[in-house]
Amino acid sequence: MGHYVIRRLLQMVPVFIGTTFLIFVMVHALGDPVAALFGDRTPDPATAARLRAEFNLDKPLWQQYLLYMRNIFTGDFGTAFNGRPVIDLLATAFPISFRLMVVAVVFEIVIGLALGVVSGLRRGGGVDSSVLLLTLVVIAIPTFVTGVLFQFLFGVRLGWTAPAVSPEAPYGELLLPGLILALVSLAYVTRLTRTSVAENARADYVRTAVAKGLRRRRIVTRHLLRNSLIPVVTYLGTDIGALMAGALVTERIFNIQGVGYQLYQGVLRQNSPTVVGFVTILVLIFLVANLLVDLLYAVLDPRIRYA
Amino acid sequence: MPEQRPHDPPGGPDTSQAIGGAGSNVDLPHAEGEALEYDREEPGPGEQEAARSLWSDAWHDLRRRPVFLVSALLILFLVTISVWPGLIATGDPLECRISRSLGGARPGHWFGFDTQGCDVYTRTVYGARASVTVGICATLGVTLLGALFGGLAGYFGGAADALLSRVTDVFFGIPIILGALVFLAMIEVKGIWPVVGVIAVLAWPQIARIARGAVITAKQHDYVHAAQALGAGHTRLMLRHILPNAVAPVIVVATIALGTYIALEATLSFLGVGLRPPTVSWGVDISNASEGMQFRNAPHILLYPAAALSVTVLAFIMLGDAVRDALDPKLR
Repeated sequence: MGHYVIRRLLQMVPVFIGTTFLIFVMVHALGDPVAALFGDRTPDPATAARLRAEFNLDKPLWQQYLLYMRNIFTGDFGTAFNGRPVIDLLATAFPISFRLMVVAVVFEIVIGLALGVVSGLRRGGGVDSSVLLLTLVVIAIPTFVTGVLFQFLFGVRLGWTAPAVSPEAPYGELLLPGLILALVSLAYVTRLTRTSVAENARADYVRTAVAKGLRRRRIVTRHLLRNSLIPVVTYLGTDIGALMAGALVTERIFNIQGVGYQLYQGVLRQNSPTVVGFVTILVLIFLVANLLVDLLYAVLDPRIRYA
Repeated sequence: MPEQRPHDPPGGPDTSQAIGGAGSNVDLPHAEGEALEYDREEPGPGEQEAARSLWSDAWHDLRRRPVFLVSALLILFLVTISVWPGLIATGDPLECRISRSLGGARPGHWFGFDTQGCDVYTRTVYGARASVTVGICATLGVTLLGALFGGLAGYFGGAADALLSRVTDVFFGIPIILGALVFLAMIEVKGIWPVVGVIAVLAWPQIARIARGAVITAKQHDYVHAAQALGAGHTRLMLRHILPNAVAPVIVVATIALGTYIALEATLSFLGVGLRPPTVSWGVDISNASEGMQFRNAPHILLYPAAALSVTVLAFIMLGDAVRDALDPKLR
């Protein structure tokens, strides 16, 4: 196990460097942050040169990247051009997005697994067909459409929840945005669980469990579910990336000042330290999540053992 | 098409499991990649069927699936109106009069008018072109890039595989919306091609992974070794022997992905970095309608483009689902 973890961690290094460098190039090669800083005015050449020197923008790209990475590993994510250290933005934005993601993942697991197990066990029946149809519809309607509609319906028309989330973003206010963020993935979790449960319901060990006279609840939770969870867990791991990207849309609709919001602002203002800083952290989370999923495999499926 | 078998009666085994393509007839021995010859359990009375290839078997299966028929007809319709929108809409999508702003339905303008006073029906019809074109072109680009990188990695293996797989991982590590947002915000977007390009460049790893797996499976078959022994070169091996047997999973994933790329384009337009006016697009219209909740008193300006978008995405996802079930009965 230890060797496997170390090998995977080593494999992550080139991917991490490649991805962050790619984003770094995209941000720096395409826009001129100093020009963006001046907006529509033409920058004074002397001031522009001073700013370029201050932010290392006069050096070749690869040097800028190396300098940036060296700073990151000392905890210095650079200064956003508005003067606030990027690490401050990270510290305020990440907890909010983390809460949003927790809400979304809880919805996915609770509703998705429940619907998936129910329809998987009643395969071909009325419940199954309606759940499948429902998931298809949910997948087909883009998140921003459901977001705008639900915000209007529950936030404005019915007044059940605040249409916009306050800057503190407590869990209570994040329920609706979290559900919106989760919806598409929730539908996929449902379908995956359903397929997996339906497949495993015919397995020998289930028949054995039934023959032993175990209660149905125990068969489902202990035998069937545990074995059906493996593809679902993989999906949830890769889904972290989709949720982070989806947060861009959800946070914009509900005005949540989390990672998506800061990133969006950073991109629009061509604020490269903000963008690169946030993306670096997101890529790290994504890579670690995938590693954790692979390790979870071994826990869920005893047949898999990493030497 | 060798089709002699009488059709199943209506309401037969296939209609009961139409929705979502979730099959219940898994016990039927369908073709499974390598098993191209087999007997059906229910041969027609006194008729002996000729062996069918995976593709003709899939086609045979598909033709009797309502899900496939409905989604295929819908897509045919969408493609037709994106090529000739004038067939069902006589107006000009850019002809707007502010005096008609947010007007309701009236004869000749059944969907009402949007904030700018443009006819919603005409704009919804003309919006199909942008979405369908972006979807198809992005899918073509993604499939070409993905099949190329994934296929070469799977075929050559070893160091090439390690290198290409790491490159794939690098691109896979960037969430598509995020990368597209960064990229499109930095350049000036004119027309649909920057959006198509950015989707193609960022989305190919998904196809590449599938293609790699499919090629690795296909190259281990005996007929590949046989062809190799007969002196076939890399090009011939790849194109004649491996490609036809590895292409099925790629096509399935690409079809489903087509729908999601259409949704992605609309999402990017909603975020303000995708298509821009004067390009007529559902994403742009939905974005305009939702700005400041302008749809509050005129729900039609949001609902019609949103419904058109959702139905289009749904059609492609259902088509992909049906094709997958037909090609790979194991996944049912």
